[in-house]
Amino acid sequence: MAGLDHGANFPKEVEDPVLSARNARYGMILFLIYLAIYGGFVGLNAFRPDLMELTPAWGLNLAVIYGFALIVIAMALALVYCWLCRARR
Amino acid sequence: MIHNPSFLSVMIFGGFVAFTLALSFYFAAKTKSAAGYFAAGGQIHWFVNGVAFAGDYLSAASFLGICGTIAFYGYDGFLYSVGFLAGWVVALFVVAEPLKRLGKYTFADALNSQFQSRGITLAAGISTLVVSVFYLIPQMVGAGSLIKPLLGFPHEVGVVLVGVVVVLIVATAGMVSTTYVQFIKGSLLVLFSGILTVMILNRGLTVDTTELANSPQTMVIKKDGTKFINGIPQGQKEGQADLRSVGHLSKLPGGKTETGPLGPVAYLAALQNSEVVLWSKKETTSAEGDKTMTWTPQPTSGAQVLKPGNSPIFKGLQKDQLFARLDFLSLMLALFCGTASLPHILIRYYTVKDQTAARLSTVVGIATIGVFYVLTLFLGLGAMTSGRLDLTDSNMAAPLLAKSFGETLFAIISAIAFTTVLGTVSGLIVAASGAVVHDLLTSVLRWDLNDHEKVRIGKIASVVVGIFAILLGILFKDMNAGFLVGWAFSVAASANLPSLVMLLFWKRTTKQGITAAIFVGLISSMVWILLSADTFQKVYGYTADQAATLAKVPFSQPGLVTIPLGFLTLVLVSLITTGTRTNPASEQDTH
Repeated sequence: MAGLDHGANFPKEVEDPVLSARNARYGMILFLIYLAIYGGFVGLNAFRPDLMELTPAWGLNLAVIYGFALIVIAMALALVYCWLCRARR
Repeated sequence: MIHNPSFLSVMIFGGFVAFTLALSFYFAAKTKSAAGYFAAGGQIHWFVNGVAFAGDYLSAASFLGICGTIAFYGYDGFLYSVGFLAGWVVALFVVAEPLKRLGKYTFADALNSQFQSRGITLAAGISTLVVSVFYLIPQMVGAGSLIKPLLGFPHEVGVVLVGVVVVLIVATAGMVSTTYVQFIKGSLLVLFSGILTVMILNRGLTVDTTELANSPQTMVIKKDGTKFINGIPQGQKEGQADLRSVGHLSKLPGGKTETGPLGPVAYLAALQNSEVVLWSKKETTSAEGDKTMTWTPQPTSGAQVLKPGNSPIFKGLQKDQLFARLDFLSLMLALFCGTASLPHILIRYYTVKDQTAARLSTVVGIATIGVFYVLTLFLGLGAMTSGRLDLTDSNMAAPLLAKSFGETLFAIISAIAFTTVLGTVSGLIVAASGAVVHDLLTSVLRWDLNDHEKVRIGKIASVVVGIFAILLGILFKDMNAGFLVGWAFSVAASANLPSLVMLLFWKRTTKQGITAAIFVGLISSMVWILLSADTFQKVYGYTADQAATLAKVPFSQPGLVTIPLGFLTLVLVSLITTGTRTNPASEQDTH
């Protein structure tokens, strides 16, 4: 089973500081976007749990829709980040 | 409840354990160096690492704890799912690439990459050990819960069995075998959770209005340990009785008695418009020391079940209690910040070759974990309405849900759940043994160890941590796995995140600031937990009223106070000591 000999360490990568800084910037922007959405969810549950009973669409209440949306948005932003970081300078 | 083990369950379970051990022994012959043992030589493919992230992260708390909380109380368990997944956003966008760039074996490596400070290594090593042990407790409790219905052994035997198997996995091939066990477990867990969800939707919802299904149940535990169910001795022979399994709807929309197969959205919408029978528990102890537990059916609207605030943990949200709201905010903050602070997750970044692989594996991890957490709501609600819930053990909700579809699926799901525990505990023990060998012995105590000795001592450390985990798993046997993990996240986020974030984003961070922040975050969060009402009630054994009076802190989850305290400590100490230490970033530029 070639490739499964895990004895030696992989050589350290050569880093491009400009690319690293760019990726960090993209990461921070996407993090802040998600933080705002997550903060809204936590705040509503904590201070206005009654609003979570509203049923805006598909016969589902806001609690379920917002919860699912947070999971889906995390996956979508992860893909966006991957795409942004793949683009060359 | 008394559960009877089946031959099929034992065979499938034995097959899983034999396979994981065979894999470990196979890799053992190939893993000789410290780099191989603690970090798989940095040669794990990013996709394998991504799924292994899921295998590492989706612990007993996620599978057993969350499903159990949803099955017993509804939406509140799903709040954990959202918080656990959200934490990965911090890991991907903030931590993944810098951590891979800065570290080699342990979390301490990254923190110390620019300082070479023994203080930082000591603090980070101790923090890794404490967080890993906190996280180990719920895994071992989950293992004990599983083994009872699966093999018919008592809780303690299950805990010992997991301990022994995990120590064998880790002590043979370290991170390599751990990675592949986690990869297999992550894949199987998501696959079979998906299959189970499809079966739940295909079964739809049915109503049970029989008198028996809606009758209260009582269990008396005498001082000598004998148990009586509704006044009759507990057992399965003639003249004996056992608790009934529960979980049903009392009404469906439009007066229907069953829905037939439903789509995912239609399933949730139908449940929201139905009436579900939840069970309230009352516990009293007589002057003679006999304990009486009474469960009473509580018909509850589906709309109520699918909104926050039904569980004992979050019930204050619906009662306009400020401290209950702060407690909730504190927990959600800890879940958000905790993932990127868990040492056993962070060390997975060292098993891939570069920052790109670290990023890609995190994305795969988020996708795998996200799909699973979406499924948890269906699994939990499916268990809630399966008619198979064990009122005495919320951790058993998911395996017993599988049992409602037949013995084979129960055997497979139980074996996967057991592998779930194996995968996570393996990762925790690798993290802990790495901290002992690499951080505490080599860096702090300056033991001069060659590669072979590092691996040998790492294996000894694995055995010691494993024994410790077994003891804790027995000690905390009655607690919900999901609830316990909340504590581990709080301690990890308070101790580790401030240092990690400030090191990356604040150039005036000093080594004294990092060391102080770790110790202050670690100690303050642990002290807060030990003095909280939850601990007085669930660990020290006081009643809820006594615990509320005795508690020394206003709410139980520490994160809201102790995470900012960690940041504040780091900033203050760094500002005070800035004259003794030059800016690490600028120093790096001059080299």
